[in-house]
Amino acid sequence: MSAAPKRSSLPGFGLSMGLTLTWLSLLILIPLAGLFVKTADLSLSQFLDTVTSNRTLHALRISFGLAFAAALVNLVAGLIIVWALVRYRFPGRRLFDAIVDIPFALPTAVAGIALTTLFAQNGWLGAPLASLGIKVAFTPLGIFLAMVFIGIPFVVRTVQPVLIDLDVEIEEAAACLGASRWQTITRVIIPSLTPAILTGFALAFARAVGEYGSVIFIAGNLPNVSEIAPLLIVIRLSEFRYADATAIAVVMLVFSFLIIFVLNRLQRWAQTRALAVS
Amino acid sequence: MTITIINSPVTVERAQSVARQDLHTEPWLVRGIIIGVAVMFLTVFVVLPLILVFSEALSKGVGFYLSALGDSEALSAIWLTLITAVISVSLNLVFGVAAAWAVAKFEFRGKTLLVTLIDLPFSVSPVISGLVFVLLFGAQGFFGPWLMAHGINILFAVPAIVLATTFVTFPFVARELIPLMQEQGSQEEEAAISLGASGWRTFVVVTLPNIKWGLLYGVLLCNARAMGEFGAVSVVSGHIRGETNTMPLLVEILYNEYQLVASFAIASLLALLALLTLIAKTILEGQIEEGQLPRDD
Repeated sequence: MSAAPKRSSLPGFGLSMGLTLTWLSLLILIPLAGLFVKTADLSLSQFLDTVTSNRTLHALRISFGLAFAAALVNLVAGLIIVWALVRYRFPGRRLFDAIVDIPFALPTAVAGIALTTLFAQNGWLGAPLASLGIKVAFTPLGIFLAMVFIGIPFVVRTVQPVLIDLDVEIEEAAACLGASRWQTITRVIIPSLTPAILTGFALAFARAVGEYGSVIFIAGNLPNVSEIAPLLIVIRLSEFRYADATAIAVVMLVFSFLIIFVLNRLQRWAQTRALAVS
Repeated sequence: MTITIINSPVTVERAQSVARQDLHTEPWLVRGIIIGVAVMFLTVFVVLPLILVFSEALSKGVGFYLSALGDSEALSAIWLTLITAVISVSLNLVFGVAAAWAVAKFEFRGKTLLVTLIDLPFSVSPVISGLVFVLLFGAQGFFGPWLMAHGINILFAVPAIVLATTFVTFPFVARELIPLMQEQGSQEEEAAISLGASGWRTFVVVTLPNIKWGLLYGVLLCNARAMGEFGAVSVVSGHIRGETNTMPLLVEILYNEYQLVASFAIASLLALLALLTLIAKTILEGQIEEGQLPRDD
């Protein structure tokens, strides 16, 4: 890097920067670039055939569609949880606060077998649901629930610090000016939280799209019914169809980056708006 | 709803504290429903699965549980998981400190891009994180034929497992340290340098004590993910029994063979690791906040 460190008289810029760039390139950038190089093994029409085959399209639709739905549930549930944790006092509050991180810390395979056993037809929750005629395990509904599980911490943890720091005087001012509690929440509090909410939503969505471990056990993995895109990549690899696997991976990556990019812009827009409000 | 208190003839401070209580609280029914939904949701999705892991693991008694853990395949999986975690965490520790030093202590163009690139592995599916190494080192991969001709095993062996794990856990340490070190600034280091300390001595004596809790925090999270990684490792491991199975992979194999209790026994160890990590994390968060308090003065 040619840019001279301006304000700093500290040593070690060359060494730390060199180490960082080398390591980043060798471990992350070059392997990821290999993904795009490998796709070039396919001609354009082969690539399109692979990505637009029924099975691939269905898997992509399952992964992206259910991840979006799950992230929406995480958004609503996350807001309720964060509101309860920050604004109210109830027995076990600190415990529940700590518990929010478990989906992030629990290895995905463990989550996968636990959720499957829980929601299986003879499981603790699966049995009562089955008697209501709702089948969860080995259906797309199961995939959805596993994605909801994996996304719980994101909205809560991004919104929590913002809600804690939110200036109570703004709320008081709104109330003094005659706003009802509901108006204060929807017109004052929610707009200030929106950037954090969008960030949490994007993180939960990105995580659920690519999620593998906690989903494959409960999914049932029937082609064209309950097969997620990451699993299809694994299947293509086990058939030694590397180029096909890579094509699906490239589509997933490009789509995820696009969506995260859009959400980022949206978040920035909301941030300027939130500043305007306060 | 409760605006009348504004007119009450109490002191401003009292009015504020009363107002605070009233304006911040929803009617008790709404409050109850919100708390109820939050608690229900977390109980169904988080508490029940966790309890289930331990109750299934112990469902055939402690003797069976211990024998499942003492099985030779289980022991080799535990060993491989530990080795992989130690190597990946050490690599990412060195990288994380270097990256945080470069990003937090210096100004340069492209900093935002660099930070975004460091975070990249978070938004890549674990399966794709494994796939990239298959493409590099597999039989049809870029280096595959050369490696095969020289008899070097990377894919379906320990090196690929370590590489995939390191890829997935790459951002953890850097991510914790960068904001912490940015907040702390570099006056203390500059003072040490101007008093004649060497760069390395400054880092060890001044910087390291300041960042030790944040560093430990990052290492803990990195370690938890390294030991629990499933998707990426599953793609590159080859599932050779007793050789390239980590604990999460063994959980899957035993589960698919309907050895449910043994599977949950291994899973319970991983769940225990997650719980211990969270407890340590809670304690460390307190330490980090305390460490930052004097700085505010």
